[in-house]
Amino acid sequence: MTEVADVKAEMGDETAAGAAAAGPRSVGGLLRKAEIDLRLVGMVLALIAILIGFTIATNGRILQPVNLVNLSVQMVSIAVIATGMTMVIASRNIDLSVGSIAGLVALVSVVMMVRVLPGVIGLGHPLMWVSALLIGLAVGALLGSMQGYLIAYIGIPSFVVTLGGLLAFRGLTWVISRGSTVAPVDATFRLLGGGPRGSVGATASWILGILASAAIIALLLNNRRQRRRFGFPLRPVWAEVTIGTLAVGAVLGIVWVFNKYFWPEALARRYAEENGIPIPEGGLHIAAGIPWPVIVLVGVTIAMTFIATRTRFGRYVFAYGGNPEAAELSGIKTKWTIMKTFMLIGILCAISGSIAAARLDGATLDLGIGYELYVIAACVIGGTSFSGGVGTIPGAVLGALVLSSLSYGLNFMGVESPIQDIVAGIVLVVAVGFDTYSRRRQAR
Amino acid sequence: MTQESPNGATLVEMRNINVSFGGVHAVDDATIDLHAGEVVGLVGGNGAGKSTLMRTLSGAHPADSGEIFVNGEQVTILTPRDAKPLGIETIYQTLALSENIDAPANVFLGRELLTKWRTLDDSAMEDATRKVMKRLNPNFKNFNQPVQSLSGGQRQAVAIARAIHFDAKVLIMDEPTAALGPAETAQVRDLIRQLKSEGIGIFLISHDIHDVFDLADRISVMYHAKIVDTVDKASVTIDEVLAMIILGKKPEEVTQKDLAELRG
Repeated sequence: MTEVADVKAEMGDETAAGAAAAGPRSVGGLLRKAEIDLRLVGMVLALIAILIGFTIATNGRILQPVNLVNLSVQMVSIAVIATGMTMVIASRNIDLSVGSIAGLVALVSVVMMVRVLPGVIGLGHPLMWVSALLIGLAVGALLGSMQGYLIAYIGIPSFVVTLGGLLAFRGLTWVISRGSTVAPVDATFRLLGGGPRGSVGATASWILGILASAAIIALLLNNRRQRRRFGFPLRPVWAEVTIGTLAVGAVLGIVWVFNKYFWPEALARRYAEENGIPIPEGGLHIAAGIPWPVIVLVGVTIAMTFIATRTRFGRYVFAYGGNPEAAELSGIKTKWTIMKTFMLIGILCAISGSIAAARLDGATLDLGIGYELYVIAACVIGGTSFSGGVGTIPGAVLGALVLSSLSYGLNFMGVESPIQDIVAGIVLVVAVGFDTYSRRRQAR
Repeated sequence: MTQESPNGATLVEMRNINVSFGGVHAVDDATIDLHAGEVVGLVGGNGAGKSTLMRTLSGAHPADSGEIFVNGEQVTILTPRDAKPLGIETIYQTLALSENIDAPANVFLGRELLTKWRTLDDSAMEDATRKVMKRLNPNFKNFNQPVQSLSGGQRQAVAIARAIHFDAKVLIMDEPTAALGPAETAQVRDLIRQLKSEGIGIFLISHDIHDVFDLADRISVMYHAKIVDTVDKASVTIDEVLAMIILGKKPEEVTQKDLAELRG
């Protein structure tokens, strides 16, 4: 009897060992070996699934370049703030006031352009857009710092402070605007909002795409050289090549799509008349190229990823989220770190609000309403954990893209907005539920 | 056995330290000192004030009153940022690791190595961590995983690496072996002897009286927030120290009646 049991136990052990050995050969194992973030892969797959679903549901009409371009511009305002919200949530705080800050900054910038600056530097002055933008950024930084100070140094919970901000800043927006939309924005400022004229054109788009590709390759090579310098284990070459090819392919593919979107005929004709360009037979096709807001988003994503992963401040944010007491004991100025996260998200709200104002060609009263929920949802879908210390900037941007794709697709299909909200809510809970489940399984 | 500091002064002197939490004395007029190359064991029951006393030296909690001298010079320690430049490093009982970042990031937390562009030099930090780990725990291999996925011994090694990498003069070890198995405990004991021979002064807080007797040169006993006495290890027995811990009395004050009660 005992002998049989022993043999069985041995066999059991062997199967377990066999399964473990098979691990690295599975898909997940391969990805792990290539040091690719599994959760990012999952999000990209989810995104592709969503796109395929909508493609089938709309007979492919959603894949027209105009839709992809609109989608990319619509996600920018949420995604820009989500990069900062990742840092805020990673350090165990929350910011509910982002939409109100974006709305207030948008209003202040537009009021500057419409009512104040024309009297100071003159209407249509070339520095108009820069002045308005900088004032907006300063206001965002100031509002964020104020809230950050109350949270970090006075010790009022961030939920309370920013809930107050959500109400107070929105109220202030109404007071300043006296209850009406303020418009229009400066012509150069309007470029921030995208659209045919707010895009950089075909040639510049290809140049940007090629520069980005070169940067990706340089980054991969540099990373490898660093690891070799210290004799650390290197990623297999096949993995490096695959990652590089995929990344460069994705960049150039996206540029190609943007360049497939041409100016509307009427606009192109007017442009041709203004500039005395003869209209060729078959119509004038001007490729719009990459919209400015998308370039801003890419810039913000790179800058924020850099801050989060390559600077002391970023390291401290995540260390604090992982264990606030340990961060304090290791000598980090934790209060200053927390205050800076709110200053940063204030600036990002300002960028987001400026882009929205440029797109709407004015500051509307409802600009930014509800942003906080979409931003937080984007972070959470992108892998930011409320328990602190976990989250990535690219994840948050992808999360924003997933959410925006869903709402754009549903909108495109003519689904009513209450139904869209129901879908967004379900997706949020399912995404986090799935994540929680897979984390628990990993922990075991 | 002990070495003098360069200028002949005592390495650390803490005089008349008081800490209270809302009217409750956690540390009551405690005076304690430490020489270079010496291990002073700090023992006492739960809540006797050992950790709190040491937290005033590491800057985790400022003292309400009292004076601290390092190499004969009076210093003010209000935060960990004050203690570290003085060469005072602490291995906390909780280890105080940031769970979601990897070992090199934890070792260098607050003191990151930077490239010439002022960005984090992760490769250099990993390299330095690999070197210090070779000495502490040659089997340590998980340099790029969050420390929460490491075993108790490995986490302990990370906490120790953080304390000894920065040229510590004074090391505070709060229950360094509490969470460890026998082999790892032996490793930590060897390390303590080695650090001591390098001239580092060590405050060793421990529940394990055998640990303390094995490693310490002198033993300070705390009882109800006060230091009962500091004795040379060579001049006392384990039973006498135990009596001090339990009764809060110096060996010469202990009566036959007390001993009889102790033996039950």
